[in-house]
Amino acid sequence: MTPKVVLVTGAGGYVGAHLAARLAADPDIERVLGVDTAPPARDLLKSMGRAEFVRADIRNPLIAKVISSARVDTVVHAATTTGPPGPARRTAIKEMNVIGTMQLLAACQRSPQVGKLVVKSSAAVYGAGARVPAVCTEDMAPKDISSSGYVKDAVEVEGYVRGFARRRPDVRVTTLRLTNLIGPGIDTVLTRYFSLPVVPTVLGYDARVQLLHPEDALAVLERATTADHPGVYNVGGDGVLTLSQAIRRAGRVNVPVPRVAMPAAARVFRNARGVDFSNDQIQFLNFGRVVDTTRLKRDFGFTPRWSTRQAFDDYVHGRGMHPVLNPERLAVLENRIRRTDG
Amino acid sequence: MGERLMQEARVIPLRSPEQRRRSNRTAGPGRNGAARPAVAPTPLRPAAQPAGGVQQRLADAIGFLRKRLTGDYAVDEFGFDEQLTENVILPPLRLIYEKYFRVEAIGTGNLPSEGGALIVSNHSGTVPLDSVMTGIAVHENTSPNRYLRMLGADLVFQVPVLGALARKTGQTLACNADAERLLTAGELVGVWPEGFKGIGKPFSDRYKLQRFGRGGFVSAALRTGVPIIPVSVVGAEEIYPKIGDLKPLARLLGFPYFPVTPTFPLLGPLGAIPLPSKWYIEFGEPIRTDRHDPADADDPMIVFNLSDQVRETIQQTLYRLLAQRPGIFRG
Repeated sequence: MTPKVVLVTGAGGYVGAHLAARLAADPDIERVLGVDTAPPARDLLKSMGRAEFVRADIRNPLIAKVISSARVDTVVHAATTTGPPGPARRTAIKEMNVIGTMQLLAACQRSPQVGKLVVKSSAAVYGAGARVPAVCTEDMAPKDISSSGYVKDAVEVEGYVRGFARRRPDVRVTTLRLTNLIGPGIDTVLTRYFSLPVVPTVLGYDARVQLLHPEDALAVLERATTADHPGVYNVGGDGVLTLSQAIRRAGRVNVPVPRVAMPAAARVFRNARGVDFSNDQIQFLNFGRVVDTTRLKRDFGFTPRWSTRQAFDDYVHGRGMHPVLNPERLAVLENRIRRTDG
Repeated sequence: MGERLMQEARVIPLRSPEQRRRSNRTAGPGRNGAARPAVAPTPLRPAAQPAGGVQQRLADAIGFLRKRLTGDYAVDEFGFDEQLTENVILPPLRLIYEKYFRVEAIGTGNLPSEGGALIVSNHSGTVPLDSVMTGIAVHENTSPNRYLRMLGADLVFQVPVLGALARKTGQTLACNADAERLLTAGELVGVWPEGFKGIGKPFSDRYKLQRFGRGGFVSAALRTGVPIIPVSVVGAEEIYPKIGDLKPLARLLGFPYFPVTPTFPLLGPLGAIPLPSKWYIEFGEPIRTDRHDPADADDPMIVFNLSDQVRETIQQTLYRLLAQRPGIFRG
């Protein structure tokens, strides 16, 4: 079923705005509505074309009116966040995540026209820790999750979505669990983290990191919106980088901080550099997270174009980051020795 | 069905045919390595350095350093860093394997050169050096050299440095998801089903196999249809004889036990040096699981019977190896 009227939440953000722009470029879709509390940046707004921006708050029951009056048949929920890039008010984000989702789903449940729901979730729902399997598949339950935090929000959001799917079995629900996004244009906690001149890591830990290029994230969300693929899917680039390896590839200098000193270091970086280090984030930097994407490739029919490594390299080149230590000298030395040898 | 369920009484000879042949031969002239190929000390990596090697090696070292500094190396989804393991971690361990414990690997022909297999071994020695040495025995006795991907307790991955190192050298969490993933990918996977009960048992219980967990390893093998290779390690029990356990201290630190050995904590850091026992690692005949239905993994009776069979095989092999060894440190 091709959607006629699509509503995208979180349209003020990078993913929401770009997705609305992509959907607006599809001639089969009659109307695209982007909803958020704040409009997207001006250049983004321009690229959105015929998509309409509606300044509304999904935490407010008014959203039901928007959905029913516009006769929305497909809702894309892209307003949740599992980690703000910079310092943010925890309560405000939690409200947007949890109360926003509840209100939005309540509105969807009331509206008979809504036939499809696409939820941008996060691979963070699997947790991060020593007891989490190395590679997570969609049927695994969350483990090692802090009792309060953004990851808990993500788990709760998915719980509400499952509840909605039970109450409205006629609605096709697609939940996409995205790994961390990284690319030249996007602003996430990881893009800020890797652009620090000295990058703090926790002493004695090295996470496995799986990344997703925003282009792939948008392509998957678009496909989930225009075609019918109900179910839960992990979305992530192929391959893995370790945190230390990524820092080296970005040419940064890694500063190991003992675990006990990490909260203090996190405060310094949050205040001075605007990088958020929540407890969930620190846990992620210790253990990392890798998801299995077999279901995405086989059932959903999508293979990410960018591997983890390519996405990361694109970010490094796109930002014009230069290595603090120049490895070219070593290459020159290596070649000189080899030549004298031959 | 009934027949399969019945545990057959297995007669395990004290001496395997291979060893009987060996003892016959030792009477003869060839006491040097060449005459006894099956139990010959595992060869060191052939030192096939091309001529004019110094500069070449220097250039290689710089190239290696450059690759490490720029992050130009591959890591698999479990975090296994082959380049680091091969070049930095393995060489010193190989030295300990060859010179310190003088490990004799027996029955290495039972290690498949390709495809998945589950390697199940006894666990001992207070510190898991036995798994490290088994890993080297596998790596040195397969061609092409294969890595043993070990399954470790979550405690290993909680400890800073150790957890990261375990992941980099190819180890992962002992859970069915990871085990089946590795086996399906055709890797050699190592498990120590006794867990902390085995490695932390008092010295007086040496070479007595502990309970084999819940048999999760058997269901992993059944689901993936890979053979189970029972492994018996002799010598590791004597490296740190655990004669006491400071339980309150262990509880305080969150360890499963805090060992007291004749030298630790009495001699402080010196007590961390293991006693130089002579080791034997025997790889037993593979126990096939592909004749079973994968659904048998959900039949507890079949799982327990297979688990018992593996346990019995290892226990009997341990008794045989113990009866044969000339001394704890000799050889």
